[in-house]
Amino acid sequence: MSSASNNSFILDVRGLTKVFGGLTAVNDVTLQIPRQGIVSVIGPNGAGKTTFFNMITGIYEPTTGFIELDGVNLVGLRPDQVTSAGIARTFQNIRLFASMDCQENVMVGRHSRLKAGYIDSLFRTKRFYESEQEARDVANMMLDFVGLGQFRYEMATNLPYGDQRKLEIARALATSPKLVLLDEPAAGMNPRETEELKSLIRRIRDELGVTVCLIEHDMRLVMTLSEYITVLNYGSKLAEGLPHEIRNNPQVMEAYLGRGAVAGEYGKEAVAGMQEGV
Amino acid sequence: MDLSTLGPFLVGVITSGLVLGFVYAIIALGYTMVYGVLQLINFAHSEVFVTGAVVGFEIFRVLEPSPMNGYLKLLIALIAAMVASGMLNVIIERLAYRPLRNAPRLVPLITAIGVSLILQDVIRIIEGFQGRFDLTYKLPPAFNTNFCGADSSCEALGTALTKVGISLQIKEVIVVAVSLLSLALLNYLVNSTKLGRAIRAVAQDRVTAGLMGIDSNRIIALTFLIGGALGGISGVLFGMKFGTINAYSGFDPGIIAFTAAVLGGIGSIPGAVLGGLVLGVIQNLIGVTNVLGSILNIANLQAIDASYQRIGAFLVLVLILIFKPTGLLGRSNTEKV
Repeated sequence: MSSASNNSFILDVRGLTKVFGGLTAVNDVTLQIPRQGIVSVIGPNGAGKTTFFNMITGIYEPTTGFIELDGVNLVGLRPDQVTSAGIARTFQNIRLFASMDCQENVMVGRHSRLKAGYIDSLFRTKRFYESEQEARDVANMMLDFVGLGQFRYEMATNLPYGDQRKLEIARALATSPKLVLLDEPAAGMNPRETEELKSLIRRIRDELGVTVCLIEHDMRLVMTLSEYITVLNYGSKLAEGLPHEIRNNPQVMEAYLGRGAVAGEYGKEAVAGMQEGV
Repeated sequence: MDLSTLGPFLVGVITSGLVLGFVYAIIALGYTMVYGVLQLINFAHSEVFVTGAVVGFEIFRVLEPSPMNGYLKLLIALIAAMVASGMLNVIIERLAYRPLRNAPRLVPLITAIGVSLILQDVIRIIEGFQGRFDLTYKLPPAFNTNFCGADSSCEALGTALTKVGISLQIKEVIVVAVSLLSLALLNYLVNSTKLGRAIRAVAQDRVTAGLMGIDSNRIIALTFLIGGALGGISGVLFGMKFGTINAYSGFDPGIIAFTAAVLGGIGSIPGAVLGGLVLGVIQNLIGVTNVLGSILNIANLQAIDASYQRIGAFLVLVLILIFKPTGLLGRSNTEKV
């Protein structure tokens, strides 16, 4: 394990634990995300992946543990402060602002980066106009980036499911993050949309220089996209390594397939995906 | 009265109903904005509104001997009431509601009723120390004259308006003008600024808004500030229109404005305005049902007079809850799974 000050890691999580009542949802997880990498956190349902994301983004305060983004401590910060520090996320269940159009949804993401204060907007100062224009420009840029440029004035809820996921990504990118956390971005997508998503995630890293961390159940996507994978099981870290190491790790297979012959469809599908996706 | 005078009569009734409706609308906005961000019926809003009315009364009282222009006095009264009510609302939120942010919804609701009762008596005590209970607005005399009345530069317009049944006092025109101005400003604030976008984002999904970098506590406090300021404006307008208020005057218009917010669809800003106007008109029409009854010669209607006005508002509330619980402009918030 490298030291905390190692500059090649953008996110440094150590000994992260969350206890709800008597249940330990996440237990002593340590994870480092390399700068400008694409990494995945996988694990069977209920492994604590989303709880892990929720602690990083400030929704839950960790029971114990330590989170640093680019050398800045995140433990104890509110979600909006974590966003200002440079982490953005999307959600497992799409959480767009239903009564806003696409452009405005993305403009909300720009909130913490706008310089004009509330007083400026009341008196319509020059700074207010400039910052509104900036928000709109960034929103349009991000919509174009994810390929939704032509739906700018469409209500978010009118978009098809796959596009709503892309809109969430655009909104997250509008916060100018250093690291973006994607919570099951491929859920509910058809194969064509998943292919598009794959190239979009690569472009986020290559063109915007943003580090990507995803939680995903689509193992084909995970195996082809990830440079490094961490496996959680029952809240603890089970394994970590390169995709081919994870694929060949008997413990990981066991976690997905179970010890006996009673592997569920989900586990079989996941393992098949791991072996297939290269 | 016969059928030939019925037209102008009804126009007059509806016009004054609309004037009243604007006051309700501005009060209703305070309920609906707070509901929008917290899903809380802020029952203390009626006292926030009375605070504005009292501050307005005090300003007009203190400035009465001053030769200052009446409209300048009005402006000072409005600003002072906005500041006082806005700050009061922020303090209420900070002390009474924020500590209960994660409590079950019934808890802050009951707290709101408690805050309402406390404020009523605090206002009564403060004015009582000065030997006052009923506070009669000392408006600049010009405000009580007719709009475009005799000897004014627009007498012709006034005569024409009177002919169709509209005869308004200057102060009623002020009520409408100030209301429209407030609505325009609020509309701009909510729909075209960063603050408004943040308020709408927090109203729709506080958690997601937080993750988009919006400090929801700050936005909630600012929403209380804006809602309170609107309460202050409506307090002054109410005081001007009715002339006399006291510490307990908030209850009636408060509950009617709340009904207006529900009627329009609570949480919806245009809904609150529509609801306020509709209730103002309904209330005035019920007030003259006896007159209509005598014109149309229906004996049963003649028994319904102004004392039944409030029943009208609550009948509307019951009907709307039965037939369209989301309100006229409200939208059902079904969550997709």
